[in-house]
Amino acid sequence: MSFNSFSEFLAMGNHAVYVWSSYGICGAILLLNVVLPLMARQRYLKNEARRLRREAQQ
Amino acid sequence: MNWTWFHKLGSPKWFYEISGRWLPWLSVSAALLIVAGAVLGLAYAPPDYQQGNSFRIIYIHVPAAFLAQSTYISLAIAGIVGLVWKMKIADVALQQAAPIGAWMTVIALVTGAVLGKPTWGAWWVWDARLTAMLILLFLYFGIIALGHAITNRDSAAKACAILAIVGVVNIPIIKYSVDWWNTLHQPATFTITEKPAMPMEMWLPLLIMTIGFYCFFAAVLLMRMRIEVLRRESRTRWAQAEVARQIGRSV
Repeated sequence: MSFNSFSEFLAMGNHAVYVWSSYGICGAILLLNVVLPLMARQRYLKNEARRLRREAQQ
Repeated sequence: MNWTWFHKLGSPKWFYEISGRWLPWLSVSAALLIVAGAVLGLAYAPPDYQQGNSFRIIYIHVPAAFLAQSTYISLAIAGIVGLVWKMKIADVALQQAAPIGAWMTVIALVTGAVLGKPTWGAWWVWDARLTAMLILLFLYFGIIALGHAITNRDSAAKACAILAIVGVVNIPIIKYSVDWWNTLHQPATFTITEKPAMPMEMWLPLLIMTIGFYCFFAAVLLMRMRIEVLRRESRTRWAQAEVARQIGRSV
């Protein structure tokens, strides 16, 4: 462990703003890269389901 | 060498089946490695003697920058495969990898700017390395825009492949920019061929993070490609059966 306490860990030796904002932005972008394809998949399946139902009615 | 796998790649159905088997493993490895790398890098690595604790940003900055460049090289390879062997899956890979590469370039540029502020005293400088990375981002934008702008799938695939191949000239410029020009950007953080210049506790998290980022890329790429393959193969029986199965499960 490179820090003596949790508050010291959060402070990052006066570089807290830089370190945590970088990790925050990076985490958000990684998450976005997972969520967007999952949403696209859901959307596609929903559209296909609607299309299949419509075709079944005809 | 056995090339059957390469020929099988021409079959979207085969790709869909094999990628479905790999995806869970890649996702779990990516999550574990990135979390482990972040914890080690943030809490256990010793602070840099010059940059203090802000150097911990390199644990995301360097893997993202690596991946941004590797992704571009893979776009060019997919482009060549698509042009030479007319393999349709190559175009799917190219189109789906480009946005991930663009996001990785954004991470590298943004975290680089945030690291630049406490280290150099400036968010941005028109340094050779930084400028070349910005050009990489624009190349990604160009490929994505081109892919959307041309409605004919085959023409779009060809145009994107050519742009990807031509743009690859930027990659050695990024790599050697720190050696060719007198840049503010520090030289390579680590290379595979040489013994690392930093202590093990500093170097190991970087290695774990880098492998984690590559697994993340592979997982997201497969996820994106699988949706696109289903969409493009929607007239085939296997794709229709798969969509029906997925609908039955999710709706």
